[in-house]
Amino acid sequence: MKPILDIQNISKSFQIRHQRLPYLSFREKLMGIFKSREKKEVFWALNDISFTISPGEALGIVGSNGAGKSTLLKILSRITPPTKGKIICRGRMASLLEVGTGFHQELTGRENVYMNGSVLGMKKNEIDRRFDEIVDFSGVEKFIDTPLKHFSSGMQLRLAFAVAAHLEPEVLIVDEVLAVGDFEFQKKCLKKMGDVTGQGRTVLFVSHNLPSLKSICKTGILLREGRLLQSGNIKDVIDTYTSFHHRDEKITDGIHYFQNHILVRKVSVNGIEHNSVLVETDRLLIVLEIEFKKRTAFELDVHLKKDEQVVVSYANFVKSDVTIFEAKVYRIEYSISLPELRSGKYKLDLFFTEPFTSWFAISENMIDVDILNSNHHIFLNSNTLKWGTVLAEGAYSKEILALEK
Amino acid sequence: MIKDFEYIIEPTRKKVFDLKELWQYRELFYFFTWRDVKVKYKETVLGIIWVILQPILSVGIFSIFFGRGLNVPSAGLPYPVFVFSGLLLWTVFSASISNGGNSMVTNAPIIKKIYFPRIIIPISSILVSAIDFIIAFAVFIAMLMYYNVVVDFPGVLYFWPAAIVLMILGTLGISCWLAALNVKYRDFRFVIPFGLQIALFVTPVIYPISILGETSLTYVLAINPMYGAIMLFRAPFGLVVSKPELLISLFSSFILLLWGVYYFKKTEAYFADIA
Repeated sequence: MKPILDIQNISKSFQIRHQRLPYLSFREKLMGIFKSREKKEVFWALNDISFTISPGEALGIVGSNGAGKSTLLKILSRITPPTKGKIICRGRMASLLEVGTGFHQELTGRENVYMNGSVLGMKKNEIDRRFDEIVDFSGVEKFIDTPLKHFSSGMQLRLAFAVAAHLEPEVLIVDEVLAVGDFEFQKKCLKKMGDVTGQGRTVLFVSHNLPSLKSICKTGILLREGRLLQSGNIKDVIDTYTSFHHRDEKITDGIHYFQNHILVRKVSVNGIEHNSVLVETDRLLIVLEIEFKKRTAFELDVHLKKDEQVVVSYANFVKSDVTIFEAKVYRIEYSISLPELRSGKYKLDLFFTEPFTSWFAISENMIDVDILNSNHHIFLNSNTLKWGTVLAEGAYSKEILALEK
Repeated sequence: MIKDFEYIIEPTRKKVFDLKELWQYRELFYFFTWRDVKVKYKETVLGIIWVILQPILSVGIFSIFFGRGLNVPSAGLPYPVFVFSGLLLWTVFSASISNGGNSMVTNAPIIKKIYFPRIIIPISSILVSAIDFIIAFAVFIAMLMYYNVVVDFPGVLYFWPAAIVLMILGTLGISCWLAALNVKYRDFRFVIPFGLQIALFVTPVIYPISILGETSLTYVLAINPMYGAIMLFRAPFGLVVSKPELLISLFSSFILLLWGVYYFKKTEAYFADIA
């Protein structure tokens, strides 16, 4: 069978303009007529991507932010042209790069269903026919003739997804739109996605939600810095993605020492010794291998930060159980249970301290932690949403093992 | 489901119109226009009455200040009828240009997320003013009856449609061109209202062409498509249609249309990247 989508050597470049100081603008601009002062740099968002999709295949696309996933979807949806390469499509395609495209706050729910539906490629009679079904799916029938601006954001999303869920293209492109709605609605959407693939339609699905990718897709591709790194079985692709995830620098190389009482030989966060960690669980396991040059009182303080704000802090110095270490090498395991955090990029700071006294060493702004939370229901429920505030110290345990001197 | 449906995505796109595709997306014209009309009069107390009130008010103001105050000649017609015959077309033109010119920017969120032939957007925003035109036109007819104006009867049947076609050609070209330019250079957001203000005075809307006297300046003014359109529209009232100027207007309308649409098509593919 011919592939329904045949992507051949697709590349996309953008020109990045590095403008100089903005406030020189007018004179600079006039000068610029004669001499270009802009430094132009070409950035390849996608580099020579080729793959095919067979009819009925559900393909998941994974990659970290900036890997080119969205650009690829935009090219496939014909929103932006590729710089090089060619794509042959053999089916009617609908793309869902966001929910509620074309929604207008002043229009009523009913009017928005028609507007959104037609923008997404549905015919008017098709919308007429499926209107009740759509409203039913959304669960907002009471408000359907109210202007959208009076809807809660959750209701808007439900309505938007309800329209999207009733599209019947041969190829459906979905970008990270399932991360909306409350838990019940989530389940409904995932079920719908499952139905879509079950009906033999082709689906391209981008998501950071690895568990749902695994459940919906059978095959996957992994993008990194605009290149196709791996394609094949979705489980293998996700495994590569989670293990691979930026291994750049060792955490120990980035530790800044203030005193030479200790030497940190090894640090690992959830088994990773490098400065970029992917956390899919609700637990952080920090393992240290420290050489104490003399008998020392030592404690590790841990800060998890989001946008320069400490979100989670595990400073143990307020507690009385300060441990005194002999002049030996120790292996210390700290097990920290995290509260439910929103998926995203965080920084982990480690403070190697002499309790109440001073820092021996710190690792600051070094360790990137990518938290992947698969429980979508916390996204809308702001009470359980944790970021931006400093939390009290959480559950914390440690295990100490003296290694050889 | 359509069998053997196939298309190719490539770096270079065709710069000609894919009419077949446009036909497939025909319902979008309707939906975009419908949305804009709905939104335009939502939350207004008078609602659709504004469509009637707007031309009446502007005709009133122009009649008081230019007709009575300045005694602008009106070629033998009652001044309100005269100025309305010009304003009728002018309002559509200026509303289309300002809406059409900004349409790509205002619809940027949609453009960035969904594919459809982009030309639908400026055309739909012109269609919005077409609805206003129809209502204002009815008011105009009522006014003709009220003032008991003599109209060259078979003449209206070809002069008026010709005037409207000429206006559409010019409006379409300029709107598409400005819409595309506006995406790239947001300066045009400021240029458009200013330009329209000037254009009102160089177009014989509130004064008859005869006021200029015998001058070759009219050949320059006729480059403006609205010059020809308004001249044609007033022909059934016994105003002279001068052929050279009409031809200039017609010619420039076609050039504007071709250039506007060509420029739009040329830049269309990259709208999503820069919008």
